[in-house]
Amino acid sequence: MMSRTTLDLWVGFFVALGLAALVFLAMKVGNFSGLNNAPTYVVEAPFDNIGGLKVRAPVKSAGVVVGRVAGIRFDAERYRAVVRLELERQYPFPRETIATILTSGLLGEQYVGLEAGGDVEMLANGDAVAITQSAVVLEKLISQFLFDRAAEGPAPASK
Amino acid sequence: MSGLLAALRRIGAMTVDGVWRLGFAMRFLVAVLMYSGQSLRRIHLTLREIYFSGVLSLLIIVVSGLFVGLVLGLQGYETLQRYGSSEALGVLVALSLTRELGPVVAGLLFASRAGSAVTAEIGLMKATEQLKAMDMMAVNPIARVVAPRFWGGVISMPLLAAMFSAMGVFGGWLIGVVVIGVDDGAFWSQMQAAVDFRYDVMNGVIKSVVFGIAVSLIAVFEGYDCNPTAEGVSRAITRTVVTSALAILALDFVLTSFMFRGQ
Repeated sequence: MMSRTTLDLWVGFFVALGLAALVFLAMKVGNFSGLNNAPTYVVEAPFDNIGGLKVRAPVKSAGVVVGRVAGIRFDAERYRAVVRLELERQYPFPRETIATILTSGLLGEQYVGLEAGGDVEMLANGDAVAITQSAVVLEKLISQFLFDRAAEGPAPASK
Repeated sequence: MSGLLAALRRIGAMTVDGVWRLGFAMRFLVAVLMYSGQSLRRIHLTLREIYFSGVLSLLIIVVSGLFVGLVLGLQGYETLQRYGSSEALGVLVALSLTRELGPVVAGLLFASRAGSAVTAEIGLMKATEQLKAMDMMAVNPIARVVAPRFWGGVISMPLLAAMFSAMGVFGGWLIGVVVIGVDDGAFWSQMQAAVDFRYDVMNGVIKSVVFGIAVSLIAVFEGYDCNPTAEGVSRAITRTVVTSALAILALDFVLTSFMFRGQ
C-alpha cells in the first residue's frame, strides 16, 4: 500500500527546482541550440587566409545568422583553407554568392558573411562557393600602408 | 638500515593496499549496479536518500552559489572595466559557472555535506552490525542500504549543480546590473550569444553527472569498507571527503581536456 508522504513532496519540490534551474540555464543563459535542429545543407568555401576564424563561428547574411561554420581543413594541393559552412535549408543562396570573412567590431570574433549574387540556380548540398574574400590580416594592412607611404616619397618636412 | 627497510616496507604495503582497495571498489560498483534493479523497484528507498542528500543540501548549495556569483560579479567587473568591456560580465559569470565552478564547487560541497553523511551512516551500520543482521535475515544490504544511497547521490548531484550555476548567474546579475549598473540588456544578450546550450551547459551537466557518480561511489564504498570501530568510521569519513575532493578535481581536468580543447 503506497500513500503520499511529506517526503515525496520535498523530493518533488527538489527535482522541480533542479529542472527549473536547468531550463533557466538553457533558455535564459544559453541560446539553446539543442532543439534548434533545423535541416541544413553544407557548402564549402575555399579561402586564401581565414585569419582567426573558428569552428562554430556564425555565418551571417545581412547581419542575420543563417548558419554556422561546421569545419575547417587545409587543402594541401592548392594550399588554401577550405571552410565547411552549414546553412539552414530555409535560406537558399544563389550560386554566385560571395563569402567574406569579417570581424564583428574592432576586437570581436570573426564570422563568415554571405552576399547573395544574381544567379538563378541555387547552391545545393556539397557545392562550393566560387567567390571568396579572405580575412583582413592587420599586419599586412599596416605594412601595405607603410609601403604606400614610403612610395609617395618622404613626407614634406614640417617647419 | 632497518629504519630504511621499514620505510620501504611501509611504502610497499601502502601501494598494495591502495591497489587492493581500488579493485574492491570496482567490484563493489559492479555489485551496486547489479542490485540496483531490485532497489529501484522499491523507489521510496531512493526517494528517501534523494531527500537526505539532495533536499537537505539545498540551503548550502543555493547560498554558496549566490555568494560565488556575487564575488564573480565584483571581481569580473573590476577586471573587465579596465578594458572598457564591462558588458561582457554576463559572459564571464555564465561561462565560468556553467563550465567549471557549478559542477566543481557543487561537487565539493556535495561531497562534504552529503557524502560524509552517507559514509557515517553506512559505517555506523557496519560498526553496530546492522549490515550483518540484514544478511542473516536474507536481506541484501547492498540492495537495501547501499544502492539507494548511491542512486540518491547520482540523481541529486546534477540537479544541485544546475541550481548552483543558476543561483551564481543570479548573483552575478545582482551585483553587475542592480548594484554596479551594467546595462541589463547587454548583460543578458551578450551572455546568450556566448553561451551555447550543447557546448557549455550540457558539458557542465555531463561533468556534474560524472562527479555525482564518483562522489556517491566513494561515499558508499568508504562506509562499507571501514573498520567497524568508532575510530574506523571517523577515518572513513575523512577519507571520503579527501578522496572525493581529489577525484573531483582530477576528473575535472580530464573531462575539461576532452571537452574544451580551445580550438
